[in-house]
Amino acid sequence: MAWMSWTLPTALFFIGIGVILVGMTAWQIASPCVERRGFLPLDTTRGDRLFIGLLSSAFIHLAFVALTDANLMVATVLCAIWMIILMRWG
Amino acid sequence: MQTKVENNKAWFLVLPVFIIVAFSAIIPLMTVVNYSVQDIFDQNTSYFVGAEWFKQVMLDSRLHDALIRQFLFSLTILLIEIPLGIGVALMMPTKGKSASLCLILVAIPLLIPWNVVGTIWQIFGREDIGLFGAFMSTIGVDYNYASDPFDAWATVVLMDVWHWTPLVALLCYSGLRAIPEVYYQAARIDQASRWAVFRYIQLPKLTNVLIIGVLLRFMDSFMIYTEPFVLTGGGPGSSTTFLSQALVQQAIGQFDLGPAAAFSLVYFLIILLVCWVFYTTIMNMQKDK
Repeated sequence: MAWMSWTLPTALFFIGIGVILVGMTAWQIASPCVERRGFLPLDTTRGDRLFIGLLSSAFIHLAFVALTDANLMVATVLCAIWMIILMRWG
Repeated sequence: MQTKVENNKAWFLVLPVFIIVAFSAIIPLMTVVNYSVQDIFDQNTSYFVGAEWFKQVMLDSRLHDALIRQFLFSLTILLIEIPLGIGVALMMPTKGKSASLCLILVAIPLLIPWNVVGTIWQIFGREDIGLFGAFMSTIGVDYNYASDPFDAWATVVLMDVWHWTPLVALLCYSGLRAIPEVYYQAARIDQASRWAVFRYIQLPKLTNVLIIGVLLRFMDSFMIYTEPFVLTGGGPGSSTTFLSQALVQQAIGQFDLGPAAAFSLVYFLIILLVCWVFYTTIMNMQKDK
C-alpha cells in the first residue's frame, strides 16, 4: 500500500465516504425511499441527493480554495450544513 | 400458483465487474487523491501540502485557456456530429446488400486506432504529399495546419468529425431500425410530410440513442489526447493544447505529480458535473413528456 502514498487526511476522507455509502445502503434496506420533489427542480431519491450534495461540496471547496484564503474547515462546515438541508428538504 | 422466489445471488454476477472497476478506476483515483495533497520527490520522499496544489491549479491561466479551448472543441464537434450522424443514418439504405455494405463503409473510421488517425490526417493535410492540403492549395486557399491556428483547429475538428460521426450514425441507424412499421403506416394515412415524420416519429424515438451518443461523444471529446497530439502536437503555440495534453505535459513532461494530480481531480469533477447535467436534463425532458 506504500505506493499509494496514503496520508491521514485522505485516509479519513475515504473512510468517511465508505461509511456514508454503507450507511446509505443500510438505510435503503431498512426503509426503501421513494422519489420526491423538494426545493430542487427535479424528482430525486436519497441517493441522488447524496450525489448532488457530494459533488456540490467538492465545488464549494474548490471555490473556497481559489477565491479565499480562509481555513478550509469553514468550507467543510458550510458543506455539512448544505448536505443536511439538501438531504432533508432537497 | 407459482410464487416468485427472491434472492440476491445475482449480485455475485456483478462481482467480476466490480473487481475490474476497483483495480482500473477506484484504486488509481484514490492514489491520485493521495498525490494531490503531497509534494512528491521520489517514492520514499513526500511532504503533505494540504490544498496548495489545488490553489495553484485553480489560478493557473494556462489551464483556464486549455479549459475554454476544451469546452469550445467539445461544443463544436457535438454541434456538427450529432445532426450529421442523424442525417447519415436517415440516408443509409434499410434493406439488402447495399445496407450491409454501407454499414461496413461507415464503420471503417471507427476501426482505426487514434494515433493512426492522427498520422493519416497529418499526411492528408500536407500541401506537398497530402490530398487535402494539395486540394486546398489548388483552389487557392492558404492552408497550413502547422503554422496557422485557425487551420490547425479546423483540421482537428474535421479529423474528429471524420473519425466519430460514424458512431453517432450507427447508433441512430439502430434506433431508426427499431421503430415499428405501424408508425410509418399511420403517418402515410395522415399524409404526413417527410419533415413531420422526422419531427414527430423518428426524432422522439431516437431520444434514447441520442442521449447515449451525446454523452459518449462529450466524454470522449472532452478527454481527447492522441489525435491532436500526433497531428499538431498542441500547436501552433498552444492553440490546440487541450486539457489532457496540458495535464500530460505537467505530469510526465515536468514530473509535477502533485499539481498534475490536483489538476486531474478538477478535470474529473468537471466531467462528472457536465455528464450529470446532460443526463438529468435529458431524462427529465423525457419524464415531462
